[in-house]
Amino acid sequence: MATKLKDQTAAASEREAVTVRFAGDSGDGMQLTGGQFTQSTALAGSDLATFPDFPAEIRAPQGTTFGVSAFQINFGSEAIETAGDAPDILIAMNPAALKTNLSALKPGGLIIADTGEFGPRNLKKAGYEENPLETDELKDYQLVAFDISAQTLESVKEFGLGNKEALRSKNMWTLGLVLWMFDRDRQPIRDWLHSKFAKNLDIALANEAALNAGHAYGETAEIAQGLGRYHVGAAEVEPGLYRTVTGGEALSLGLVAGASLVDLPLFFGSYPITPASPLLHTLSRLKEFGVTTFQAEDEIAAICASIGASYAGQLGVTSSSGPGIALKGEAMGLAVMTELPLVIVNSQRGGPSTGLPTKTEQSDLYQALYGRNGDAPMPVIAARSPVDAFDCAIEACRIAVEYMTPVMLLTDGYIGNAAEPWRVPAIESYERRPATHYAGEAVSPYKRDEKLARVWIKPGTPGLMHRIGGIEKNADTGNIDYAPANHQKMTDIRQAKINGVADTIPDQGFELGGPDDDLVVVGWGSTYGPIHQAVKRARRGGAKVAQVHIRHLWPMPKNLGPLLKDFDRILVPEMNTGQLKTVLRDQFLVDAKPLNKVSGQPFKIAEIGNAIEEALS
Amino acid sequence: MNDMTPTKLKAADFATDQEVRWCPGCGDYAILKGVQRTMAEMGATPENTVFISGIGCSSRFPYYMETYGFHTIHGRAPAIATGVKLANPDLDVWIVTGDGDGLSIGGNHMMHLLRRNLDCQVLLFNNEIYGLTKGQYSPTSRVGTRSPSTPYGSVDAPAEPCAFALGSGARFLARCIDTAQKQMPDILKRAHAHKGASFVELYQNCIVYNDDVFGAFTDKKESAHTQIWLQHGEPMLFANGEKGIALDTETLALKVVDVKDGDWQAAGVRVHDERNKVMAGLLIAMRVPDFPVALGVIYENPAPSFEQDVRTQNVEASKGKVVDLEALIKKGQTWEVNQKKLREV
Repeated sequence: MATKLKDQTAAASEREAVTVRFAGDSGDGMQLTGGQFTQSTALAGSDLATFPDFPAEIRAPQGTTFGVSAFQINFGSEAIETAGDAPDILIAMNPAALKTNLSALKPGGLIIADTGEFGPRNLKKAGYEENPLETDELKDYQLVAFDISAQTLESVKEFGLGNKEALRSKNMWTLGLVLWMFDRDRQPIRDWLHSKFAKNLDIALANEAALNAGHAYGETAEIAQGLGRYHVGAAEVEPGLYRTVTGGEALSLGLVAGASLVDLPLFFGSYPITPASPLLHTLSRLKEFGVTTFQAEDEIAAICASIGASYAGQLGVTSSSGPGIALKGEAMGLAVMTELPLVIVNSQRGGPSTGLPTKTEQSDLYQALYGRNGDAPMPVIAARSPVDAFDCAIEACRIAVEYMTPVMLLTDGYIGNAAEPWRVPAIESYERRPATHYAGEAVSPYKRDEKLARVWIKPGTPGLMHRIGGIEKNADTGNIDYAPANHQKMTDIRQAKINGVADTIPDQGFELGGPDDDLVVVGWGSTYGPIHQAVKRARRGGAKVAQVHIRHLWPMPKNLGPLLKDFDRILVPEMNTGQLKTVLRDQFLVDAKPLNKVSGQPFKIAEIGNAIEEALS
Repeated sequence: MNDMTPTKLKAADFATDQEVRWCPGCGDYAILKGVQRTMAEMGATPENTVFISGIGCSSRFPYYMETYGFHTIHGRAPAIATGVKLANPDLDVWIVTGDGDGLSIGGNHMMHLLRRNLDCQVLLFNNEIYGLTKGQYSPTSRVGTRSPSTPYGSVDAPAEPCAFALGSGARFLARCIDTAQKQMPDILKRAHAHKGASFVELYQNCIVYNDDVFGAFTDKKESAHTQIWLQHGEPMLFANGEKGIALDTETLALKVVDVKDGDWQAAGVRVHDERNKVMAGLLIAMRVPDFPVALGVIYENPAPSFEQDVRTQNVEASKGKVVDLEALIKKGQTWEVNQKKLREV
């Protein structure tokens, strides 16, 4: 991990990993700047992880602390799995950005601040009595403050833009400076600017000028005193073709691939909700892959239309976040009862109720496992990282079709928005398992195969007319049947079918360590990165600690119980108040101990590291 | 597979072997009979026909139709139907719902189905009461309806199904009475022939909880004066041609006029024009005893249907694009790593 930032010479210094945070007003284009810097980092061959952190308000009042939008990137020449605990470098575009992000910065870290925005008005809005750039408030850090606003205006003067418009290029000026700091090629950014503003050449040229000016400012070392130049090498990675991918993109692509592997058209019914909407946006542009997207009138209609599409023979998928998933509850039960394939994606966010729409949390595990009326078992799987979302989506499609069941796929706001390099897999490496729609002799709609999956008969098939519905049906005939013994039988069958999914999922393995260790850290979902890093460091320090990360949360891998029972100490870090911990205790009667964080921010490696140390002491 | 020799199916061929379980005397029996007869008369193909319902007495309907059927959850039949039709536009989709299912818990879906103009038939059985849950007042119950949940009478204004549908953008509106077996098949055939969402309100008598609530206009003895069966292009006459519907151009309101010696023109009786949306709104609002109740096809004005437009756009958007999954996932800025260790200074 990064050491303290001391380098102040203009000579390039070799570093293993650096964490940079861009922070500014939500109108300052910080997400865009971060995104482009990410692309540049990937092209330079570094491994990376990002953490976009933006306000819930679309345009919060300018200059306020709650309107601050930040983008953190951790990159390096060693494997990167988290967005970094504490930034080495903070770029603060205004006083509010400094105020809200300073506490995260490493002691001795570098602050780059735009003095042009540190006027009395903005200082007051951020709650500063005095200008922190002029007091000794920042004495524990390296401060480089200069008027980025004025520099930007100067650099785009020739394009004759209005003051407001000209200042929009501030983010590109800043990006130019940061690119210089890390010895990066500007050409990909120039190309991107020209394609983004293809219809407005002046804006493209102005942004390019600002980018170049920022870079040149860095180059002129005597002016930018204190600005070191850093070189982060390429990471050690497997050979292959790479791209960067966000969790949202990977999941969308995984759904398209998953539907293709089961040879079904994909129907995606959704209702806009943060942070799940990017899936709808991405899939609505992929119609040539047999994708139909439907923006429904509400969450219930979104899942119901998807169930209708599955009934008619396609693969229905619906997607939302916690509040929307709650609304879909009854319809999920209908899909359980009628045994139709369906994938339900939950991009979790902070809850309950509206909660923290743009912040991350993994507190919908109970909802996923138990959140329906009646005994309504449903397979649940969770992605651990942006890249992993691709495989998880394919797996969800497979289970849904193979077992004629709704499947819940959990991801979260962090995975959805974060980016990482992805070694693009070969589609042939995934098994094709084409779905079949029954069209043979007349049978009961509840005729089952050896996996207990019922026949899938599409309307339109001659001679096989039948009726399905949410009311309990006779196990043999498919007609309405309330008889006590029949309901017992059907409930048992539904349960046994879902339990049987465990027969076709891999055994639980160790990410690190093994059964001989003294402590096992068990996680699920997006806590993978910090847990992995924390366990790795602890092991380097000699600690006997293992890591287990669960993808299949229901049913769980068959060997998980015996595996956990081998340990006296089990630590379960979660971004909730202990949901997996409770499930593990319930399922396996093991003494799982919780480590909980619900601040809307991902775990820091150090937080888990400390808990490991404590658990072993 | 079935022997595919085309044989003309009879109404009875559209009945399942399931025992029908509505209360004896329920208006639903008559509607079921009318629908099965319509299916036979239209020459409907059972395997291409799907009945989709929500929850309520009426929503048991699919179990009694020898077609494909989906008894879904309360109020959501329009949403399920939307998915079915988008996935397979060739299916002939019928939605069976009630006043509670379609206008209360499912009112939102109903509105959006109608405005989107999904090609399907909506049969809304209006009995102005919650039957299945044992008699509570419904969103169409008249003010003052006494029920287990409103022992002192309901106080909220009722919804008018056809006005709701028209306001939502429905392009086909019709009304019928459960017992009007003579007219029902023709109205249902018209609804079926209409491309887009067809909304049919069926006045259905709940013999147990709301008996005779429509008696003021369904009573056969008085029906000549209390019912007007609309026909496109025909003068709007009732009471055996002795009365007609005219428009007061001063107040822009309808009025009942007397027709002498069959000279309806002289009396100012208007000719029914199904395309006239403003008139449709006025006709829907007619109430006994001041007016007869408007029945038959009130409004029709076809437009492209939702599922067809979606399909067309899907096809258009796909034109000239290569369907290559491998290429899709490799899209964007990529880079090649050739050897395992690639560290530079």
